[in-house]
Amino acid sequence: MSTAIADIHEIPAESQVNYLNASYGIKSWLLTLDHKRIGLLYLGTITLMFLIGGVAAVLMRLNLIEPTGALVEPDTYNKLFSIHGIIMVFFFLVPSIPATLGNFLIPIMIGARDVAFPRLNLMSWYVFVTGCVFALYAVAAGGVDTGWTFYPPFSSSYSHSHVVAMALGIFIAGFSSILTGLNFIVTIHKMRAPGMTWFRLPLFIWAMYATSLIFVLGTPVIAVTLLLLAAERLLHVGIFDPAIGGDPLLFQHLFWFYSHPAVYIMILPGMGIISELITAFSRKKIFGYSFVAFSSLAIAIISFVVWGHHMFVTGQSIYAGLVFSVLSFVVAIPSAVKVFNWTATLYKGSISYEAPMLYALGFIGLFTLGGLTGLFLASLATDVHLNGTYFIVAHFHYIMVGGAIMAYMGGLHYWWPKITGRMYPDLWARFAALVIFVGFNLTFFPQFVLGYLGMPRRYGVYPQEFQVLNVLSSAGASILAIGYVIPLVYFFWSWNYGPPAGPNPWGATGLEWTTSSPPPTENFEHSVIVTEDAYNYPTADVTSE
Amino acid sequence: MAEHGAHGAHTEFTEHIVPLKVYVGVFLALLIGTALTTGVAYIDLGRWNTVAALAIAVVKMLFVVLFFMHVKYNPGLTRIIIVGAFFWLGIMICFSMADELTRSWEYNPASWTGMILPYLSRFLL
Amino acid sequence: MSETAVNEIAHHPNPTGFAHQFEDIDQQHEAGRLGMWIFLATEILFFGGMFTSYTIYRALHLPSFVIGSHLLEVQFGATNTVVLICSSLTMALAIRSAQVGKSKSTIIFYLVLTMILGALFLGLKLRFEWYHDYLEHIVPGFGFVYRPEWGSAAPGVQMFMCFYFFMTGLHALHMVIGLGILAVLVGMAARGRFTSKYYVPLEISGLYWHFVDIVWIFLFPLLYLIGGRYAAGG
Repeated sequence: MSTAIADIHEIPAESQVNYLNASYGIKSWLLTLDHKRIGLLYLGTITLMFLIGGVAAVLMRLNLIEPTGALVEPDTYNKLFSIHGIIMVFFFLVPSIPATLGNFLIPIMIGARDVAFPRLNLMSWYVFVTGCVFALYAVAAGGVDTGWTFYPPFSSSYSHSHVVAMALGIFIAGFSSILTGLNFIVTIHKMRAPGMTWFRLPLFIWAMYATSLIFVLGTPVIAVTLLLLAAERLLHVGIFDPAIGGDPLLFQHLFWFYSHPAVYIMILPGMGIISELITAFSRKKIFGYSFVAFSSLAIAIISFVVWGHHMFVTGQSIYAGLVFSVLSFVVAIPSAVKVFNWTATLYKGSISYEAPMLYALGFIGLFTLGGLTGLFLASLATDVHLNGTYFIVAHFHYIMVGGAIMAYMGGLHYWWPKITGRMYPDLWARFAALVIFVGFNLTFFPQFVLGYLGMPRRYGVYPQEFQVLNVLSSAGASILAIGYVIPLVYFFWSWNYGPPAGPNPWGATGLEWTTSSPPPTENFEHSVIVTEDAYNYPTADVTSE
Repeated sequence: MAEHGAHGAHTEFTEHIVPLKVYVGVFLALLIGTALTTGVAYIDLGRWNTVAALAIAVVKMLFVVLFFMHVKYNPGLTRIIIVGAFFWLGIMICFSMADELTRSWEYNPASWTGMILPYLSRFLL
Repeated sequence: MSETAVNEIAHHPNPTGFAHQFEDIDQQHEAGRLGMWIFLATEILFFGGMFTSYTIYRALHLPSFVIGSHLLEVQFGATNTVVLICSSLTMALAIRSAQVGKSKSTIIFYLVLTMILGALFLGLKLRFEWYHDYLEHIVPGFGFVYRPEWGSAAPGVQMFMCFYFFMTGLHALHMVIGLGILAVLVGMAARGRFTSKYYVPLEISGLYWHFVDIVWIFLFPLLYLIGGRYAAGG
């Protein structure tokens, strides 16, 4: 039943010269210009940040076992959810797929030797690490209690927490993502191998291109906004200050102008991965290639005109609210197009259920649920009831965790053999996928109910009648945590003890599967010329030379 | 006197060498534009002062972009990027303004134009 | 085989400065230009956040903005505009010198001239505008004093001055970075790195410099000329 066929002619990874063993020593890693190594540097950094953000989540869920707060005081709880949100959004989800899998795969998938600007790429990582240092300093020094949204006047005038340090950390990390996005756009435009036309590109590339557009157009705005916030905090006067005619809602406009497209930064790469996984594990061409490709662009573009739906109840004009509401319904359409196309791809496909596919199938279901609940929130009348409740928390976790993180896990598993030259243990991987799926739903489905019943978000205490659902949610969180630890263990194990993987263990199409696992530093032994479309199944050994 | 690029005939970005007199001409145009902007400010045009100032600024920008930044000789992707960036800035300004300026609108306005014009005229002066 | 990407020495029949991830120098040039234009697009949005805020507050608090604008001295704004326009010309001439294969001292001459003009801009701003404003107590956060003649529009005047300092401050920061880039270019030119075949660093730095000039082209009327200067006391 398993289709993870090892190549007959596989050569053990150690005897090949590849990007991992081409040079040794810490300097060769810290000064590398190889996009693959830089991808791994990012992998290490964001995994660390994920664990820290996860610790905050664990503490929150532990606290919520008791209606009166089992663990921490309200002030501390404020800091926990703020740190959790900030680290998970800015220091994990935004860079996760682009900086790790994107960096590793984009040049290989288009047949190039590296990205357009390798030194800029390395600098991006150092800039990101610097941002992490600022953020972790802010956490260690006592954290912030403003929420990841930093709304003034609380964040500018009244909070006694380390807003400036954290804002600077996010600002710096934002620059890292701008440079990454810039690098990707130029790489995809200019470095495609001969024959690799736009419509032969893997859909992962289209998704990354659309994501990069959001990076370069949106991130600068939050950068300047946080700078203005920090200035206001330091000078005790600023442009969001009502005392001089300022409007706190202006901050929200500027903040959400980036932060809404940011959520699409977090999901689009995942969607790109799903296109790769669904085709590979149903051994079938994607249904409606150009629809999926253009839907990525459509999502990126429309994502920029819906930000006001975060401000329906904070004082925005109802007329602006009307416009944003309509547009928020529109933005769901290209996402739905993708779900339809993936489903149609599955139809009559030759489906196998390796771990990456389990994650992909989980994604489709959970992302759809999360996306549909977004429509409740896009509708002005229902949003009045649901805003500020756990319904929102559940909605975005379904998309970010049930969607983006599952796609990330699926991608990691799918390309792990390519990255490391090793296979992980398949049964453990499938088990972990199921544990994650169960744990996730147990954690977050009760939160939809809680939100509908009226439990507010960002509260460390709640009325007694909500306890059962909260306890269920916390129980689910512990299962989810275990589900995330398991892959951590076997991925580490597989570095040294995993069986060697050949060039194409999945029998998939795509340029990355035509080169060795791990690839050589220059990605390909021979120059690449592309003659076929993407996903040219059903033959397993499609070559592109 | 105009020299055409001798290199890079295959590139999208032609290696066009801009004649010296074009640079000097653009420079003079920019100086004139600055003098014009400053001078017009001293004439009472009411709300059209702002329009004039912005229009002159846009023209000056076009001179710099087209000639100093060679965009006149680099068609295609560069122009899309520039237009796109300004368009996105426009989205940010327009939608934010749509909120800020309509907050105090009455729900059933007697006259829509009576609502909108006062705001517009205040903005432009 | 340890051809890591650290190695940037050309093993192609391409000029020095060629980076091996590209196929040829033309691709490298195109990539460099495209990259800089995308970066400038991000800068448009970066400054754009402030321009957006400015637009909104100007619409909502126009009388205050008029008063605030009249606190600024047009002659310095106009002079600085001229200074920057001159620096754009010298920058363009520096690039052109490389394009037509002039000597490195010509290139350096124009680059240094650009730097002098940029420094002049900053000097004028710091000494005659900002320091002067500080003495007049119209710097927000540094002893801002409301004047009775501003009446009820006074808080908005401080708002305007916030914008003045934030926007010209951000612009000045970009100028300083630009001066740093120019210094690096002078060093590269001195080492003979630029030829008529390879001048991409000059060109893309020129794009950056021109962009900073364009920002000022908009800042000048939007900050210094609000409400015109035809009223008494302009």
